[in-house]
Amino acid sequence: MSIVVDIVLFTLLGAAGFALLKVRNLFAVVMLAGIYSLLSAGLFTVMDAVDVAFTEAAVGAGISTVLFLGALALAGHHENRPGHTPLLPLIVVVVTGGALVYGTMDMPGFGHPGNPVHHHVADHYLEESYDEIGIPNVVTSVLASYRGYDTMGETTVVFAAAVGVMLLLSGARRPRSRGGGGGETAGEGEGA
Amino acid sequence: MREEIIIRVGAKFLAPFIIMFALYVHFHGDYSPGGGFQAGVILAAAFALLALVYGLEAVQKVLPLRFTRMCAALGVLIFAGVGVVTMLLGHNYLGYNALAPDPTHPEHGQHYGILLVELGVLVTVFGVMVTVFYHFAGRGRGDS
Repeated sequence: MSIVVDIVLFTLLGAAGFALLKVRNLFAVVMLAGIYSLLSAGLFTVMDAVDVAFTEAAVGAGISTVLFLGALALAGHHENRPGHTPLLPLIVVVVTGGALVYGTMDMPGFGHPGNPVHHHVADHYLEESYDEIGIPNVVTSVLASYRGYDTMGETTVVFAAAVGVMLLLSGARRPRSRGGGGGETAGEGEGA
Repeated sequence: MREEIIIRVGAKFLAPFIIMFALYVHFHGDYSPGGGFQAGVILAAAFALLALVYGLEAVQKVLPLRFTRMCAALGVLIFAGVGVVTMLLGHNYLGYNALAPDPTHPEHGQHYGILLVELGVLVTVFGVMVTVFYHFAGRGRGDS
């Protein structure tokens, strides 16, 4: 049963990916990107990574679709045809993809219980976390306690991203006001 | 969209449930998938929905840009502050065992620590998402 779900999800994922490349209407592209994220979330669920699936569904399919729509309202709905031939990018992508596929040859089998990734610190987390942390969801214990520093770094990164967006977008509010003075006064007015 | 009665009523009806679900995802993160990050995104989505239907100005009356910007910084402060508190209590930075009320069961402190730092993540992610949304949605209009 799981294999059927896998095949269906991957087929739809591939179809959504190709449609994303072909469609020139950006509104449709945004919707397809949301569908792509939702399908990825489904795949993560099949792989038992429910926390990742949850994040993908909330961020990828949810809030980023809304943000893309907000960007579309500013940028227009149609993508212009590229001025160059797609030959060189195609070669680059094929070579890079081939190298990546070649790289996976040396990787241990997917999901094999003897893989090194499952035996570095994972054993300790899975066996001891209930005694040490006392909560059933190991993902939360790893995220917030064992790897608390990393999570704090991530939170800081999210904050820094917002600062970047604010710096970029809250300057010149009106698209026509190109002058530095006009942009600054608009920014000050908004910040006050 | 703002004249559609079904969308207006639907959004108003859904928003409290979305907010409730976000809080559930946060406080139940110890037991089920989810945590502060997802909760923050869902909470932000509730306000994005309201802003899409009722307009940016209506939502910014309830949730001003200044407040969401403050949230973005406050969350990081909560997270880092928990670390400082545990240090002041004589443990390592972010050593949540310091927060246990009963020293014979230090692992109980992990509950409080995790809940607090996840709250910090929630507040930051919520503030950041709403702030970014405000900036995208409010740009190109004269003022907002």
